Amino acid sequence: MPVVPLRHYGRWLAAAALLVVLGGLVVSMITNPRFKWDIVFQYLLDDAIISGLLMTIWLTIAAMAIGIVLGTVIALMRISENRVLASVASGYLWVFRGTPLLVQLIFWFNLSALYPQITIGFPFGPSFGNFDANQYITVYVAALLGLGLNEGAYMSEIVRSGLNSVPVGQREAAQALGMSSFRVMWRIILPQAMRVIIPPTGNQLIGMLKTTSLVSVIAMQELLYSAQLIYSANFQTIPLLIVASIWYLVLTTVLSIGQYFLERHFGRSDRRTAIAASEDSADGSAENARVA
Amino acid sequence: MLVSSHPSPPAQHFAVVARGVEKSFGSLRVLKGVDLIVEYGKVACILGPSGSGKSTFLRCMNHLERIDKGLLQVGGQLVGYRQHAGKLYEMKQSEVARQRADIGMVFQSFNLFPHMTVLQNIIEAPVGVKRLDKQQAIDEAMELLAKVGLTAKAASYPRTLSGGQQQRVAIARALAMKPKLMLFDEPTSALDPELVGEVLNVMRELASDGMTMIVVTHELGFAREVGDMVVFMDGGVVVEQGSPSELFTNTKSNRAKAFLSKVL
Repeated sequence: MPVVPLRHYGRWLAAAALLVVLGGLVVSMITNPRFKWDIVFQYLLDDAIISGLLMTIWLTIAAMAIGIVLGTVIALMRISENRVLASVASGYLWVFRGTPLLVQLIFWFNLSALYPQITIGFPFGPSFGNFDANQYITVYVAALLGLGLNEGAYMSEIVRSGLNSVPVGQREAAQALGMSSFRVMWRIILPQAMRVIIPPTGNQLIGMLKTTSLVSVIAMQELLYSAQLIYSANFQTIPLLIVASIWYLVLTTVLSIGQYFLERHFGRSDRRTAIAASEDSADGSAENARVA
Repeated sequence: MLVSSHPSPPAQHFAVVARGVEKSFGSLRVLKGVDLIVEYGKVACILGPSGSGKSTFLRCMNHLERIDKGLLQVGGQLVGYRQHAGKLYEMKQSEVARQRADIGMVFQSFNLFPHMTVLQNIIEAPVGVKRLDKQQAIDEAMELLAKVGLTAKAASYPRTLSGGQQQRVAIARALAMKPKLMLFDEPTSALDPELVGEVLNVMRELASDGMTMIVVTHELGFAREVGDMVVFMDGGVVVEQGSPSELFTNTKSNRAKAFLSKVL
């Protein structure tokens, strides 16, 4: 007998309505001359835009690197039995998660007003202190400090939940084998915690890519600020914002694909389970049948 | 505080010497003065109802738990403490780690490292802790795998193995450190009944090789057959101990009688 599937008239109606709206939007994008697509394409590969793009990429990588290292340290401090270490870590989290990043960025930007002579041994040029306070580097350091320190707070929570996800028996088994606490952490706990840490870190990375646009307020010449510089001169605001958006979309798309493969890599011991389980259920011997 | 009113026995002959070992978790007193001596080359099986403190006592032997009071020596050395000028100093973690390297431990829940293959699980500590040459470690690991009958699984990940296979790998992993003493914490309790035998067989073989073993178990048959001594614990103390034939056929204490009548 032929089967007549249920007809979802409601869904079809909603889909049709959506298509009409989308169609209207696309038509308007093409017909509305104010989009000025010719200007969009003219500036898409503009030197200033590309160098802004590269700065955005570099900022994202550097700030994430700072955030991950700092986050790991803070996470380890938080689970420490030493109360001072744990409290300092909690205080750090309290401050950096409790204030807006935008405020932090402006604060770091104006730090020289507070400590004119301290430019700290930040790993971006040991000779930094000898130079005259170059405007560019000040902005650069402020941007990295602001983004990196803020990210460290969020990453520490991610790392901590990852460490907590590893069963306590893993640590005990490693200790019972005579491993040092560093070795237990490095060889046993962290690799397993990675499975929990990687996915949200990927989200953080994608978030960071977009968050770097905030440093445009302190005149850091990343992607958005480069676009702003151009449109403040030629008044083509919308086309240049579209240019910036296109590049942000390209980058986030690439990162999402990378994230997919990274998660697959770190889930490998799980994936083999699935393969083995399907093999086992196929041959169905008593011993193999126990594989969950 | 660790206080010992007893003179130290000539402890080198004994794998484990415990005198008045006490341990509390918060206000809960788990061990209330445990006394036990296990000689080298013997198999001691510790029986008792759950909550009797037998697993905690076992875990104290390689300092996974810190004892509050009493004396606990493994291989003639105080566990986790150094005696110097009439005081006991808590060991640094590296010293504790060195002590543990001579004590193998097998857990109820196997605790294999899931991100490593069977072979990697076994060579991790010999290579990483003992600095054994990698090829030699692999050769020894393959010998051990042959011994527990799992040569074919060397490249497998733990989760693809049955519980019995995982526990046999865990035993091989502990043996790879060439321990002088093996601790088993309910090694078959998490296994399906039909898988218990394969693990007990490996342990039986180990015992016949002369390995010193302390086994916390509910397998009375194994204790009777393989154990040189059987220890019955209840309420945080050793209630009764002796040879299997003594303890099983001529049970003295009422608590042991009550326990055995329930499980037999």
